Amino acid sequence: MKISVQAEPFDYGALSNAFAQGHTHVGAVVTFCGIVRDDELGGLSTMEIEHYPGMTEKAIKAHAQTAKDRFSLAEVLVIHRYGSLKPGEMIMMVATAAPHRNDAFQGAEFLMDYLKSRAPFWKKEIVNGEPRWVDAKPEDEDALSRW
Amino acid sequence: MIELVYFAWVRERIGEARESHETNAKTVRDLIEELKQKEERYAVAFSDLNTIRVAIDQDLVDMDSSIENAKEVAFFPPMTGG
Repeated sequence: MKISVQAEPFDYGALSNAFAQGHTHVGAVVTFCGIVRDDELGGLSTMEIEHYPGMTEKAIKAHAQTAKDRFSLAEVLVIHRYGSLKPGEMIMMVATAAPHRNDAFQGAEFLMDYLKSRAPFWKKEIVNGEPRWVDAKPEDEDALSRW
Repeated sequence: MIELVYFAWVRERIGEARESHETNAKTVRDLIEELKQKEERYAVAFSDLNTIRVAIDQDLVDMDSSIENAKEVAFFPPMTGG
């Protein structure tokens, strides 16, 4: 299990490749990356991501362990950035490896749903020069009920 | 003495990221009431408890959790990771 909470960008391609190699009992790898999206037709200049150092790592680790146990994952990787990001930059990635693809897909979705509303990150958008906190969506909370 | 830490707009409304606090409160809810009585900025930050999440020593808890033995209590809005 590899968890990293970092300000620096990460190399999605290289990490995905490295993650997919060296297993002999793994038949499926799923990778996902989240990207800063501008819904404001060019108005979004910056996305600032704040987090709770210590608790962030602890919460991600706990959810990754739950995913690992529940979906029989051989390996899990979670990277989540904080700090100041621009539209188009990658915020985070998740990778799961399992003997069968259904578990790898479900494990990744489970982790994504939990990272959205149970890992202590907060997004602030700077739109047309105005800062505003991103509100949590009710559907993000609802997404947890399916697990 | 416990450490109180604040994040995101809770931090902005209270105007600081961290402070030490002497309390007689037994639960998170009591602690919030105590802070709201103290100064207006806390009353503003904690005006709607549906928008407040709490962690004790870096574990999420609910409003009626005991703060006995707590070293650090964190207050923040619903999380928006991913």
